[in-house]
Amino acid sequence: MKIVIINYGAGNIQSIKFAIQRLGYEAVLSDDPKEIKTADKVIFPGVGEASSAMNKLKASGLDTLVPQLKQPVLGICLGMQLMCNHTEEGDTKGLGIFDVDVVRFNSGVKVPQIGWNQIEALKSPLFEGITEKDHIYLVHSYYAPVTKDTVACTTYGTQYSTALHKDNFYGTQFHPEKSSDVGEKILSNFLNLTTNN
Amino acid sequence: MLTKRIVPCLDIKNGRTVKGVNFVDLRDAGDPVELADIYSKAGADELVFLDISATEERRKTLAELVLRVAEKVNIPFTVGGGISSIEDVDILLQNGADKVSVNSSAVKNPQLINDLAAKFGSQCITVAIDAKQIDGEWIVHLVGGKVPTELNLFDWAKEVEQRGAGEILFTSMDHDGTKDGFANKALAKLSNELNIPIIASGGAGNVQHFVDTFKEGKSDAALAASVFHFKEIEINDLKKELQENDIPVRL
Repeated sequence: MKIVIINYGAGNIQSIKFAIQRLGYEAVLSDDPKEIKTADKVIFPGVGEASSAMNKLKASGLDTLVPQLKQPVLGICLGMQLMCNHTEEGDTKGLGIFDVDVVRFNSGVKVPQIGWNQIEALKSPLFEGITEKDHIYLVHSYYAPVTKDTVACTTYGTQYSTALHKDNFYGTQFHPEKSSDVGEKILSNFLNLTTNN
Repeated sequence: MLTKRIVPCLDIKNGRTVKGVNFVDLRDAGDPVELADIYSKAGADELVFLDISATEERRKTLAELVLRVAEKVNIPFTVGGGISSIEDVDILLQNGADKVSVNSSAVKNPQLINDLAAKFGSQCITVAIDAKQIDGEWIVHLVGGKVPTELNLFDWAKEVEQRGAGEILFTSMDHDGTKDGFANKALAKLSNELNIPIIASGGAGNVQHFVDTFKEGKSDAALAASVFHFKEIEINDLKKELQENDIPVRL
């Protein structure tokens, strides 16, 4: 299986590479459209600030490539947020794969949310073998509200989308690569998806 | 529900753990990677590596260590100690650290916090603050609590939040090493006045101290070293006790 982690200069990609390695696979880091197109699985990471990450994506022309991909694609954290229509962070237009606008946490909670919270209302092959209320690791200031593409929720002040799924595109707000055994199981489920899922 | 975090801290010198560690089942008690792996399996929510080396090669040694930890460990970890530039942070994050913590360098050059937050995002920038009380006022100290500054703890904490810190790691030098409980009054004040997470550090001696810092101190996370290293407290037992006290934890 060929796994490509999109390397556009935004994020902690080493941790994802190592997590995949612990599952017994090797992932390639690449910003080469040819390499990305021919992968069986694509991981779209992202850490940092949305508008600068989007600019880096545009600079490499990957903003047009990613939405056209046909194989399973997993966006993680900011990667997931950039797959949405828009994010309030830096007033940034996203890739428009998920029809939802990302907004900032407001009153009543500390921002950023840092730590382990729970996943619930699970409905995706991504969560095969995962139990409702299992813990996952999150670190973020912005969130995608619940929408028709929501396949898992987390509650922090409000209930929001902790995972999204549409066609061959998946996104997790949490970091599977840092979420202990639960995260590794979810990552493994993604790598075991067939293109028909 | 967001859970309260239990954070073991490992002191690192030249790529090795320094504080005596009493793990009979360790092959190599000085190997931070092996220790980190044991803590992650024991239920730690996060790890902090505090580098206290003072050699020329310290940057390279620390970067290599971070890479080895990221390869092995599947929970988040923070790296601190002597970090003073964008380049320092860049290599540590690239190698797999989730957060970095800055302390003295931020006091000497507060703009560093703005620069780091702008470049890497607030979520990975922790500002560590060491403070102790002088005539009833909490004063920020440098060099492990030896050198007083003119900064008031609460003013400085608010400033670092405004400059873009994502989290504060507050160590009370009055409580550190006493095993007599955390500085809960000051912690609660920080938590009330700021809107970013606060990690309590200094004073952990027994399970009740953790209960108190989460309840009275309103801390979001609690850091400790020796009580975990010497197995005076098992993380799993601690978390069960916290749960019985209605404190949300990951079990």
